[in-house]
Amino acid sequence: MAGCITTKHLSASFGDIHAIEDVSVEIMANKVTAIIGPSGCGKSTFLRCLNRMHELVPGARVTGEVSWDGRNIYAPEMDATLVRRGIGMVFQKPNPFPLMSIEDNVSAGLRLAGGRMRKAKVAEIVERSLRLSALWDEVKNKLHKPGGSLSGGQQQRLCIARALAVEPDIILMDEPCSALDPASTQKIEDTMEKLKKDYTIVIVTHNMQQAARVSDMTGFMLSTEMGEPGRMIEFGLTNKIFTMPDRKETENYITGRFG
Amino acid sequence: MALLIYELVQQALPAIRAFGAGFLISTNWDPVNNIYGALPFIFGTVVSSLLALLMAVPLSLGIAIYLSQFAPKWLRSPLGFVVELLAAIPSVVYGLWGIFVLAPFLGRTVEPFLSGHLGSIPFFAGPVYGVGLFAASVVLAIMIIPTISAISRESMLNVSRDQKEAAQALGATPWETVKMAVLPLSRPGIIGAVILGLGRALGETMAVTMLIGNSPKISASIFAPAYSIASVIASEFQEVTAGVHMAALIEMALILLVITLMLNLLARLLIQKTGGRALKSRGRS
Repeated sequence: MAGCITTKHLSASFGDIHAIEDVSVEIMANKVTAIIGPSGCGKSTFLRCLNRMHELVPGARVTGEVSWDGRNIYAPEMDATLVRRGIGMVFQKPNPFPLMSIEDNVSAGLRLAGGRMRKAKVAEIVERSLRLSALWDEVKNKLHKPGGSLSGGQQQRLCIARALAVEPDIILMDEPCSALDPASTQKIEDTMEKLKKDYTIVIVTHNMQQAARVSDMTGFMLSTEMGEPGRMIEFGLTNKIFTMPDRKETENYITGRFG
Repeated sequence: MALLIYELVQQALPAIRAFGAGFLISTNWDPVNNIYGALPFIFGTVVSSLLALLMAVPLSLGIAIYLSQFAPKWLRSPLGFVVELLAAIPSVVYGLWGIFVLAPFLGRTVEPFLSGHLGSIPFFAGPVYGVGLFAASVVLAIMIIPTISAISRESMLNVSRDQKEAAQALGATPWETVKMAVLPLSRPGIIGAVILGLGRALGETMAVTMLIGNSPKISASIFAPAYSIASVIASEFQEVTAGVHMAALIEMALILLVITLMLNLLARLLIQKTGGRALKSRGRS
C-alpha cells in the first residue's frame, strides 16, 4: 500500500542552525521522487523530517506540517515509532546490524513492539523482502551469516530488505548509492524501479544523472548563501525540471554552472 | 612479574610441601597447631565477590545505559564524574562507613527483613549480626559500580549513531534501540568491565577485612561472618611466628594472584576484541 506525503511550510533547525525553511511539496503515491541540490542545502534534513528521524538529533526543531495520507505526523497523538514503521528509511552508509545474521537483520523490525510471528511466516517475509531487494540469490545459502560479512553493496540491499520487511507505505532513501560502486548502484536503481509498483519512494541524491534516471518527480533545493536555510526552489516532473526548468537557479545547477 | 611469582612459589614451598593439594580443600585453619587449609578463605573471597557482582552489575548497566543513551547532555558529564569519584574514595573510608553506617543498618533492618521473609531458604537463614559476608558484599558492590559503569558506558558510547538510527528507523522505541543496537555491540566491553570489577572485588582488602567478620567458616547463610584471602593475609601477617604459617599465607597470596591474573587476562582479551570491532565499523564510513 503506497502512500503520499504533503508538506506545508515545513521548517527545521537544530540548535542555532536553520536547515530548511518553508518547504511545501506534494509527494505522490507510487512515484519515485528525487530531491537534488548542492551539499548543505538541507535535502537530507528535509528527508529526515518526513518520518520524524530529524527530531532524534539533539536540539532539533520542526515547524509546519507533514501529512501522510492526510494525517499530520507531527500531531500530538501521533506515535513517532508508528510513523517510522510506516515510512521506512535507508541511509547513506549501509548500516546493517553487523553481528546479527542476515535473516535476523531482515526480520529485526518484525520483532519490535513485542511482535510474535510463526517461524514459517517470518521466513516467508524474509525471502520476499530479500527477493524484492535483489539480494536473495546471493545470500539464500548463508542466511545465518552475520550481516557485517557482506560487501558494501550487499549490505545496502540488506538494509533495503530490512526496511521492506515491516511493509511500510513509503521508503525514504538518503543518498543510498553514494558509498557504492557503479555495479551495486545499478542493482539498487533496478530495485527502485521494481518497488515503485507497490511503494512510494523519496530519494535524496547529489547525483543528477541518477535523479534523471530513476525519478518521476524532482525537487531542487538550494541554500542561497552559507548559513541560509535551504529552500525548495522548484518541484515538478523530472522531465520538465531537467529540460526546461522554470527557475534560473535550477537551470544553472542542472547545467553544471555551479554546485 | 615472573620473578614475583617465582619468589612467591619459593616462599610458599614449605606450606605446599606440608599440605599439598589438601591446602585448597581443607577447611581447618589453626595457627596454634600449625594446620592450614585455605578453603574458607577462597570461599569467602569468591562468594563475597560474586554477591557483589550480582548487586553491582544490574545497577551499573542501568547507570551506563542511562548516562550513555538517555541522560540530557548537561547532566551527562557531572553525573559521570560523580560516579567515577566513587572510585577515588580510599577503601578504608568505605570500611569505616560500612562499620558505622551500613552494617548497623543492614543488621537492624535489611537482614531481619530478609531472614524473616525468606528465612526458609538457607542463604537467608540464621542469626544476623550486621557485619558478615553480606555487608562485605554490599560495600564491594558499591566499590566496583564505578569501574563497571564507567567502562560499560564507554563501550556503549562507542556504538555509532547510524547503528542506533537503523533501529529507530524501523520504529524501535528508545529501549528497543538499546536492546537491538547498543547492547549487542557493546557486549564484549561490558563483559570486560564486569571481569575488571570482579578482579577488583577479589583483591579488595581493607573494606572487606573491616566488614566480613573475619571468621574462617563456611556457612550457607550470607549473613554469617566469613573471611577472605586478602583479609587473612593482612590481619595475620604481623603476628606470624611459625615458618609454615608464613608459607601458608604466602601460598594464599599465590592463589589470589592466580585467580585475579586469569580474570584480568580474560578481560583484556575481551576489551581488545571490542576495540577492534569499533575500529572496523569506523573504518567503513
